[in-house]
Amino acid sequence: MTVSGRHVTILSHIIRGVTDDDRVFKALADPTRRFLLDRLFARDGRTLTELESELEMTRFGVMKHLRVLEDANLVVTRREGREKLHFLNPVPIRLLHDRWIDKYTERRVSALADLKNELEETA
Amino acid sequence: MTTMTAQTTQVYQLYIKASPEEIWEAITRPEFTTKYFHGSYVDSTFEPGAPYFGYSTDRSLLWVDGEVLEADPPRRLQHTWRALYDEESAAEPHSRVTWQIEPQDDGSCLLTVVHDQLEGSPKTAQSVSGAGWMHVLSGLKTLLETGEPLSG
Repeated sequence: MTVSGRHVTILSHIIRGVTDDDRVFKALADPTRRFLLDRLFARDGRTLTELESELEMTRFGVMKHLRVLEDANLVVTRREGREKLHFLNPVPIRLLHDRWIDKYTERRVSALADLKNELEETA
Repeated sequence: MTTMTAQTTQVYQLYIKASPEEIWEAITRPEFTTKYFHGSYVDSTFEPGAPYFGYSTDRSLLWVDGEVLEADPPRRLQHTWRALYDEESAAEPHSRVTWQIEPQDDGSCLLTVVHDQLEGSPKTAQSVSGAGWMHVLSGLKTLLETGEPLSG
């Protein structure tokens, strides 16, 4: 009883987690969307018209890609006056990094940190 | 190495499985901020017009100063910000930080942090951009959801 209850809780966390991560991975798995993120990284707070002018794509196509990025929370929009500005939100990528990549690199990084400490102490 | 000018308006957003009250406490109480905000000990009454200070964990150094502009617990907090931990950024004008907490249907909250008015503060903009705010917010989420500070 307790075990199966706990099992269900863990499973529901996994399902929820996978859903959030899936949106980010899916959003990043497209070159046009990565290009849009790169444009925002270079200069943030852009209008749809500005972003559209850098792509050979219809306004509707760009809107569709921006919607996928917004659903993954990688792009956040803010209204400033009459304009809707698009901002890069890097936090979901950081969270993926913390959850997936840190886990695999932690040992190597901490070994390097130990080495650095040792070298600096003896220097 | 990428060289670029850091953005003068920076927007960070994340979902946290916690109540608005818990998130508000984590932002405004030093026993929490020392655990995720680079060890910073926040000190303010969080009333409009009140000073906003961020000390080193042992309170021996003043790292950040500013003024509370708006406070609507547990939904919205706005304060100015000047980083004193670096000589160059200490000479720059104050920038502005806005925290917005929006409860969601599933019991989590959407936290949005906007750091703006950075036009005259390129050094500050550089130091808080990218890993700066992300490390803080990732740590805040981990602390609230697991009760443990983010390692490393």
